[in-house]
Amino acid sequence: MSELNALMKVFGEAGGDKAILENNEIAHLVASGHKLLSMNSVAGFEVDAKETRTGISAKVTVKEGIKIKNPVHLCFGVLHKKGTQKIKMDVRLEKNASAHFIAHCIFPNAEKVRHIMDAVVEIGEGAEMRYSETHYHGLYGGIEVVPKAVVRIANNGRYFADFTLTTGRVGTLDIDYSVEAGENAVTELTARVFGHANDDIKIKERVALKGKNSRSIIKSRVAIEDDAHAEVTGITEGNAEGARGHVDCMEIVKDRAVAKAVPIVNVTNPLAKVTHEAAIGSVDKRQMETLMAHGLTPEEAVDVIVKGILK
Amino acid sequence: MLLIEIKGITFQAGDKNILDDFSMTIENSEVHALLGTNGTGKSTLAYLVMGCEGYRPTAGEIVFDGKMINDLKIHERASLGITMAWQEPVRFEGISVRDYLTLNNKDINPAHYIEMVGLHSELYLHRMVDKSLSGGERKRIELASILALHPKLAILDEPDSGIDMLSTQDIVNVINAFKEHGSSVLLITHREEIVIIADKASQICNGKVVCSGSPAKVAEYYKSRKCLVCSGEVCAYV
Repeated sequence: MSELNALMKVFGEAGGDKAILENNEIAHLVASGHKLLSMNSVAGFEVDAKETRTGISAKVTVKEGIKIKNPVHLCFGVLHKKGTQKIKMDVRLEKNASAHFIAHCIFPNAEKVRHIMDAVVEIGEGAEMRYSETHYHGLYGGIEVVPKAVVRIANNGRYFADFTLTTGRVGTLDIDYSVEAGENAVTELTARVFGHANDDIKIKERVALKGKNSRSIIKSRVAIEDDAHAEVTGITEGNAEGARGHVDCMEIVKDRAVAKAVPIVNVTNPLAKVTHEAAIGSVDKRQMETLMAHGLTPEEAVDVIVKGILK
Repeated sequence: MLLIEIKGITFQAGDKNILDDFSMTIENSEVHALLGTNGTGKSTLAYLVMGCEGYRPTAGEIVFDGKMINDLKIHERASLGITMAWQEPVRFEGISVRDYLTLNNKDINPAHYIEMVGLHSELYLHRMVDKSLSGGERKRIELASILALHPKLAILDEPDSGIDMLSTQDIVNVINAFKEHGSSVLLITHREEIVIIADKASQICNGKVVCSGSPAKVAEYYKSRKCLVCSGEVCAYV
């Protein structure tokens, strides 16, 4: 079986639609380790991707005014037990462009694998980018995921990012996202992670609301069990008139797991307003009782609540 | 035929008896309204019957369908046919109304039950049971979910609170629907127009039943403040 077929087989087993690679109207980029396996572009969407010694370096541009109709699929993975994959992404959405990127990150057999993502994203004036990253991990926990992104949003731009790692062992996760938002810009960052065994989760997301009337929300949903650790840091800076930001962190803790939330709010303009809320603890008692009164066992009730917050 | 018999239960919180040698019975398919001012022990009784954490009688017995259930957990009581709608239902992230109504039975038609509580199914089934719902909407959805369970005993703790006066008929319809399904209802309410649709009513004060009988009689007794212990809006004796 070719490496592409092997990767797409796992992708399909994880619920992905393999047909996206055969559709010429869907842009995609598929890489296994440091091998570029498949690529397709569409009108107004430019990709310059090359293999490096340890991964892939790609420059992606969505041209001015172009709205990419179908989501762009990025499929990255390492099928071997050991290895390193460094992805360097340079993404630019020109003025009034829009695109939705869906990244599938597949590491089913990782015993000692590092996946490093280093992204620089420039969102032009009035442009909109949606980025959804979903990970499919195996049960070994030998994976280290280090996604780093620096995002700059021009005036009236919009950026929505969603990170999901709820399948398999997390391993070690160290997210570091930083966003600078211009006038009237909108930012939404959401992370959902389910940690087990001795998984170690660190999520650090920062939004600097630099432009007048810019808005943001950082939302984190983490469930951990066994001996897992999680530390979530949400930083919002309100530096301009009318800027509005909110940090919302919820962590459900079971067994011997340990969770920490660090909301940091820094306001330098008296006409800016940033709020935060953090809830850490076991599953809510009233929610449990309500579901049990509906006939669910305690185990089923916990499962429904955890799946709900990670959805 | 007797469905539930609460026999002389006492529940103590600190050094106070919230319920004090309290007894009542509910027959099959009976709607039994429970009246009483704030703090008299109505919700405590509901939690004791449902088996909520921290609520076990310090004396007495709760017998359901001939079986003593004092030591059963909530889900074990639910499996016997007891369920409850809390006065302020909790919210759930990431659970749609459709999923919530079919939690325990995927084969039911959730739209049917949503319509029964006066909501349009096409507008609500896809919505989340989270803080985006108003208090009144959440209560209606809770009632729909309880209806969908077809319980033997539904405990409704102030189902009318937070729902506008104009919608009282919706609540009456829900209670009648329970009766039509053959469910019994323990109905905690302050509204006379809802009390009167019950088959029987009791007034609780100071942790005891002080009056029991026809809903009209008990409502009259309650309004006339004949209770020797409690004569005000808020009972100060518990």
